[in-house]
Amino acid sequence: MSAGVGVDLENLWIRFGDFVAVRDANVHIKGGDFFSFLGPSGCGKTTILRAVSGFLDPSEGKVLIGGNNMIGIGPNKRPTALIFQNLALFPLMKVWENITFSMEIRGASSAERRKRADELLDMIALPDQGDKFPSELSGGQRQRVAIARALCAEPDVLLLDEPLSALDLKLRQHMRTELREIQKRVGITFIYITHDQGEALTMSDDIAVMRAGVIDQIGDGKAIYNDPATAFAASFVGENNVFRGKIKQVNGGEALISTNRSGDLVARISSANQGKLNVGDDAMMFIRPEALAIAPDGASGDHFVTANVTHEEFEGNSYNIFSEGEGGKEIKVSIPNLGQSFENHTGQSITLEYETKNAVVVPAGELAAE
Amino acid sequence: MNNKILRISIWVYLGLFFAYLLGPLVIMSATAFNSPGFPRATPWECLTFEWFGALFQDERILNGIWNSVLVGLGTVTLSVAMGLAGALMLTQISAKVRSVYYTIIIAPILIPGVVLGISTLVFWDRINRMLGLGADSFLSNGLFLTIIGQSTFIASYCMLVLVARLQRYDMVQTEAALDLGASHAQAFRKILLPFMRPAIASAGVLAFLASFENYNTTTFTFGEYPTLTIELAQKVRYGITPAISALAFIIVLLTVFGALANEANIKRKERIAEARKEGALPDVKGISLPGFLRGNPAAVLLVLLAIGTITVVGTATAYSPAQCIADVKETKRLEAEQRIQELRAKREADRAKQKAEQGEEAETQQSTPKPSNNSGFGNVFAPTTLSDDEEEGAEAPEPSNNSGFGNVFDPDALQEDDQSNSE
Repeated sequence: MSAGVGVDLENLWIRFGDFVAVRDANVHIKGGDFFSFLGPSGCGKTTILRAVSGFLDPSEGKVLIGGNNMIGIGPNKRPTALIFQNLALFPLMKVWENITFSMEIRGASSAERRKRADELLDMIALPDQGDKFPSELSGGQRQRVAIARALCAEPDVLLLDEPLSALDLKLRQHMRTELREIQKRVGITFIYITHDQGEALTMSDDIAVMRAGVIDQIGDGKAIYNDPATAFAASFVGENNVFRGKIKQVNGGEALISTNRSGDLVARISSANQGKLNVGDDAMMFIRPEALAIAPDGASGDHFVTANVTHEEFEGNSYNIFSEGEGGKEIKVSIPNLGQSFENHTGQSITLEYETKNAVVVPAGELAAE
Repeated sequence: MNNKILRISIWVYLGLFFAYLLGPLVIMSATAFNSPGFPRATPWECLTFEWFGALFQDERILNGIWNSVLVGLGTVTLSVAMGLAGALMLTQISAKVRSVYYTIIIAPILIPGVVLGISTLVFWDRINRMLGLGADSFLSNGLFLTIIGQSTFIASYCMLVLVARLQRYDMVQTEAALDLGASHAQAFRKILLPFMRPAIASAGVLAFLASFENYNTTTFTFGEYPTLTIELAQKVRYGITPAISALAFIIVLLTVFGALANEANIKRKERIAEARKEGALPDVKGISLPGFLRGNPAAVLLVLLAIGTITVVGTATAYSPAQCIADVKETKRLEAEQRIQELRAKREADRAKQKAEQGEEAETQQSTPKPSNNSGFGNVFAPTTLSDDEEEGAEAPEPSNNSGFGNVFDPDALQEDDQSNSE
């Protein structure tokens, strides 16, 4: 297959009455990419997907697939196939009939359909299961049948609406790699909707982080994780410790923040906010649990934090220390388990240190709900 | 101990309950095979199938059945279609409007059928006149009016049945079909309709039964197409015959047969589904009869019933109850005659007694006993007769003898027997 067909959203607004579900979304999705929309439930990501697949018309703006405006074109005429959250396999049809439903619509003969179904069943590693009914398959098998059914329609763009959310953890992790492999094999554009940052980070070429109808940040996994554009993106993707304060000093790419609880701390300004932060602005500083380390007692400066340890836990691959943070939140430190012995600090005050490049400052904003 | 009583009383209750439910049907079925001209189960006279014959020779009943079937099929088509449309509408509209809509749609069930019948008649008559059509137009056709009239409320029943199924339908299925390139019509035909099929079948059966048994709406609209219920009602006015029992028996049989067949079918499907779940993929078409019977009392009963029916029909063609009926007729005639004789004798005796009393009062009149002897045979037990005998001697021995045997050996009676035998 060629490079695939790109999808563009231009100034997309979707309103339901007074409620704005999607606010001025501008997204460029390259052909052949695995693109994820990541956000909490109710953030408008499914709405965007329905606008792309044609189940609802945007209030304003354009949806372009392969450069063609799709407004006014129904879902059955668009080169997209959608994998529904509950899969929506047809319960009264056998697996092979399910998979080749799109061919039946086009009037293909039964023999042709059978042949194509067998090919696709081989591809999804379910050979000889074509005569079963969907209810006779396991969750993961149904998942793969849904993918095969969508691929059978030979879409330019495959849309997936949280397809893994109903599976158990093991299967979910297995399906992640499988989905990614299928995408590479067929080479078409995948647009993936999820609230699971793990799924988004592991599978996607690019991710759009959404909050309440607004796209906060678009970038690859590393950029989203290491270089968040907003407080929401920083707190939603992965675990993060937050320090609130005001900008005291801006020094090139770094800023000194006078935090409410830990004095002045230095941090890197995230690339999306370079030059936008001014002295006196409310800001938030984020440090990942794994970027904090225990410092020698008595150390102090602009990259040290002192805190009272409330409890500790051993997680296997890491040792976690929780101490009192700000506004009821905890500061979490995660020390990788490399075979060293762990001291018990509960009830004590410890000093933590970090490297400036691992602390990032963004304008103060809404945090993701836990 | 207490438990035992409880269990027994439950069985007694069940027995009473089923007797209450099925007793009338059993008795009515029995009357269909008894020979008397008025449907009754006792006294049992002769096993006969003539009422089935009479039924199938009754032009009006046959015509009524035919009209009922026509009306039924029309009503099924119209009601299921309207019911499905109504049910789909119900799932599409907003929750606010839904309760109002539901009430409106359900209202026809609550309106008396008589009112529906009259209003159908009046409404379509108006329409007919507005369009300037004559009395013989399509809109005043009895078949059309009956189907329309019955459908007004049967469609509501259908909708209730269909809504129950439709609520379990995942609208995403339709979206999935659309997404895979199907048009709305294709999605409806290939996804929604197959899903609704069981409910459509139920609604169809329900509509047909409701239509078949309807009287109070139909009575206003039937025009020149009297349905079975109308014909039956008209017949009952002139007295019923066991032919109607025979018809009822056939209907009961068909119903039971249909129910059992349906039950067996459901069981069979369940078994297939179970077998499939266990991993084996049995060929659905290759289900053999022994398998169909295995562990399925309903199916066994069904087969027994079928055999029973065949036997009954077989004997019906071979067996002739004519002799039995003749015998019974004879016995009855004799009984009737005897009764008449007894009655007459009694009347005579009364008269004689009266006269005797008069005679005793008069004491001088001799001619009194004579007429009583001539005319009567039954005054044997009258005390006055005895006294007459003493007085008059053997003047009238014959009649008194006759009276003692209830006139069985009356030469006239024998003569009549000859006549009836020679007939």
